[in-house]
Amino acid sequence: MSTDQMIMRDGALALRPGYADHAADALRDLRQSHDAVDFQVEHHHDAAATAQLGFWIYLMSDCLLFSGLFATYSVLHGHTAGGPTPQSLFELPYVLVETMFLLVSSFTCGLATLAMNRQQRNATVGWLAVTFLLGLGFVGMEVHEFAHLVAIGAGPSRSAFLSSFFTLVATHGLHVTCGLIFMAVMMVTVLKKGLTPSTQTRLNCLSLFWHFLDIIWVGVFSLVYLFGVAH
Amino acid sequence: MFGKLTLSAIPYTNPIVMGAVAGMVIAVLAVLALVTYLGKWKYLWTEWFTSVDHKKIGVMYLIVGGVMLLRGFADAIMMRSQQALAYGHNLGYLPPQHFDQVFSAHGTIMIFFMAMPMVIGLMNCVLPLQIGARDVAFPFLNNLSLWLTVAGAILLNVSLAIGNFSRTGWLAYPPLSELHYSPGVGVDYWIWALQISGIGTTLTGVNFIATILKMRAPGMTLMRMPVFTWAALCTNILIVAVFPILTVTLALLTVDRYLGMHFFTNSFGGDPMMYLNLIWIWGHPEVYILILPLFGVYSEIVPTFSGKPLFGYTSMVYATMTIALLSMLVWLHHFFTMGNGGDVNAFFGITTMIIAVPTGVKIFNWLFTMYRGRVRFTTPMLWTIGFMITFTIGGMTGVLLSEPPADFVLHNSLFLVAHFHNVIIGGVVFGVFAGLSYWAPKIFGFPLNERLGKWAFWCWFIGFYVAFMPLYILGMMGATRRMDHYNVAAWHPLFIVAAIGSVIIFAGIGLQLLQVVVSIRQRERTRDLTGDPWNGRTLEWSIPSPAPAYNFARIPVVRDRDAFWDMKRRGVDLTASTFVPIHMPRNKGAGIIMAGFALVTAFSMVWHIWWLAIAGLAGVLVTLIRHAFDDDRDFHIGADEVRRVEGLHGRVHARSL
Amino acid sequence: MNVANEAVAGHHAPHGNHGGHLGAHGATHRQYMVGFLLAIILTAIPFALVMSHSVAGTPLLIAGFAMAQIIVHVVYFLHVNSSEGQRWNLVALIYTAIVVGIILGGSIWIMHHLYLNMMPGMMHGRVR
Repeated sequence: MSTDQMIMRDGALALRPGYADHAADALRDLRQSHDAVDFQVEHHHDAAATAQLGFWIYLMSDCLLFSGLFATYSVLHGHTAGGPTPQSLFELPYVLVETMFLLVSSFTCGLATLAMNRQQRNATVGWLAVTFLLGLGFVGMEVHEFAHLVAIGAGPSRSAFLSSFFTLVATHGLHVTCGLIFMAVMMVTVLKKGLTPSTQTRLNCLSLFWHFLDIIWVGVFSLVYLFGVAH
Repeated sequence: MFGKLTLSAIPYTNPIVMGAVAGMVIAVLAVLALVTYLGKWKYLWTEWFTSVDHKKIGVMYLIVGGVMLLRGFADAIMMRSQQALAYGHNLGYLPPQHFDQVFSAHGTIMIFFMAMPMVIGLMNCVLPLQIGARDVAFPFLNNLSLWLTVAGAILLNVSLAIGNFSRTGWLAYPPLSELHYSPGVGVDYWIWALQISGIGTTLTGVNFIATILKMRAPGMTLMRMPVFTWAALCTNILIVAVFPILTVTLALLTVDRYLGMHFFTNSFGGDPMMYLNLIWIWGHPEVYILILPLFGVYSEIVPTFSGKPLFGYTSMVYATMTIALLSMLVWLHHFFTMGNGGDVNAFFGITTMIIAVPTGVKIFNWLFTMYRGRVRFTTPMLWTIGFMITFTIGGMTGVLLSEPPADFVLHNSLFLVAHFHNVIIGGVVFGVFAGLSYWAPKIFGFPLNERLGKWAFWCWFIGFYVAFMPLYILGMMGATRRMDHYNVAAWHPLFIVAAIGSVIIFAGIGLQLLQVVVSIRQRERTRDLTGDPWNGRTLEWSIPSPAPAYNFARIPVVRDRDAFWDMKRRGVDLTASTFVPIHMPRNKGAGIIMAGFALVTAFSMVWHIWWLAIAGLAGVLVTLIRHAFDDDRDFHIGADEVRRVEGLHGRVHARSL
Repeated sequence: MNVANEAVAGHHAPHGNHGGHLGAHGATHRQYMVGFLLAIILTAIPFALVMSHSVAGTPLLIAGFAMAQIIVHVVYFLHVNSSEGQRWNLVALIYTAIVVGIILGGSIWIMHHLYLNMMPGMMHGRVR
């Protein structure tokens, strides 16, 4: 007899009023063993996996946010309104250095993750610090580039092209800045609390965020700088 | 010091506005005084405002939606009465600038602060119960989302008293909404109210996707999920996909207005049409974000009250997914008249027509579920049948509008207004009321009064047709939307009929308020002791009403679709004899504090009070970081407490008492 | 009963599979090295192409290298793969890619057609 049938018969009997008490008790005992089929006392969800999936979905939404900016830049990049064009503004060697800063920082962020997996607290913080400095260098270079453009009269209010350029690149820069704040908080957390499971989950989220920003930058340097100069 | 904000921003001289402001201030003060008098501040703070319990958050969403429904409906009555009066020499009682604010506020409120909170409120109340979960994936984030939505709603209502609201319609098309043409604070209020509530909505989407994908009870495979859960999954996927686009679009308009950029201006290469393109990439999926969860609600109600399983579960799931995907491919039909070529218009016209197919599948599934069923005509079922009739008509006028040549004639006419009210009232609003009356016993522990509910339904149903059928005719006669005055004699009677319709709907709303009061007063008599008042089919009915804080004392193991029906069929005993402590998240105040700082930031940005905006932003950041270092996040409900609560509902097995 | 129990067991499998999580556990030094080197190469080539003004049809090449590099990042840095524990991450990523395609492609197509239709002159001069 299968468990299904037993439970069905069992349940029908239990519902019948006036059934002898001892029989009900006997069936009750029988049922306890089957409770596991219909109920579990606890159901453990993997909190770390859920948190990472949630963060991943957030990253996807952030990616779509950037896609809106990329679409806007794609449409408006030719609308220079008689002002400077991409070719006349962008200096590729400078952009290449910026790109390298971010790419190397992505790599060192990976090294921090590896150190974390080996439970090496100091190495984790060390690699995070290197990543932080490289990220700071990237943001510094970007701010410098913006200041230069504004100074030569190619500010964001000069034309629709420059508006979309500044907004796209600055949104990425703002994300990197948020990543730097996140990283600073995580370095303090690791130093104070060590590599606890919840800290590790957050470090994993941070590394996802950082690598994700590098991916967005690939889109930026290709669509904005390389396309702009190649056109 | 205070940016553009001076005392003259308060519209002393306008008696209508000041009357509304006085009413609002008195209402708020009365509530504050009542809470103080009853000494309930601490209770409200610890049990509700800081709560991470999805059921309480859901109820708070529903309250926000209900209050904003009243506000939005007040705007509607003003518009209908203005248009009934303002013919020929009579200019009505609303000056044009005020009328423009009224229709802008009406649309913004009804979509963002009535419909969205209602839908998200229902999802919060029901979804974790349906999948056998004890909470959502990120309970704190859920609280934060709620308060961000509330902050947006507060900011919008503040605009009534301080300064003015946007006069640019609910979507603020540029170049009208650019600084050059709208130099006041109205558009800024609109931007910031939507921006903070929109971020809250995105977080909700992330939260619910993770909840549905990761927190289902053992055995609940995807194809065993209740249809409401499926609909909610598709909805939240759409939210996460398109709300970031709204954020971007608003941000671009913001930098145009604040930093003098040229995304959507008429000069320096800006292109207003790009705004239309972006806002509707969000805007069309948004209407499906509103309607899909209600399709789910109807799919729960029809089988329950027909006593049959849902006809065509699989086709329902695929139809929902198809609609979700197609909804991303139709956005251009909102601006056929922008002047695009035949290829583009034809593509988007055809994709729009195709959406009618999966929607038709759904309607037939519901009909076949009812067919030969033992249908009980309860209030939820009445709303559902009212929906099927009304939504079908609205859907057909939508297909008419999807023809680009027809759209060129009807664009921006009252025909369009009638169409989208036909689907939004007939679909979303009816669905929310259906869902509320269906799940009220589970949410509150007692049902809503059936007799008053039925009266309210008939007022809404008849009122809707009286109010909106004339608008279809007016649209055909050439009446455009957003008119504060007209000179065509033939239009006047129809506008008067429409106004009468809005009064009938008003009676329906009055009856619903009465229904809430009566239901609360009768609650001791009508309390739902079984936990399953409707002979339900899904897991939320397997637990006591109202649902305990921990939802499920034991996690059910799912073995079939309609999991609870399956349990009842097999005669599974719902009482338990052994209980264990239950792990729960702890209430946190950081969510409401962060939203408060966000509100301060948004208000300061509207009025260009830069120092306060920076301070508010710093407040958000500091609260967030403090929260990150807060390790006291959870606790256990003791086994004895679980046993006590279950005992109250007769869920402890007799022998073990 | 077998069917039901299998479903239950099947549900539990992904929870136990900690190795399948994103970003971290299975990652090796080698993976990061390979990813880093590939990324450098895939950055250097398009920069060199553009800076030397050498090849015709560069835009297409740039797009190709960008796509390749994005895939390298996703595989070697984000460690997305098709294992059971990452099913939803992969599904979400593919879905996002589709939506990004719709948004980018749709916007460009719509606005391009609009300019063709409404301001034919603009398509050549690109000054406004």
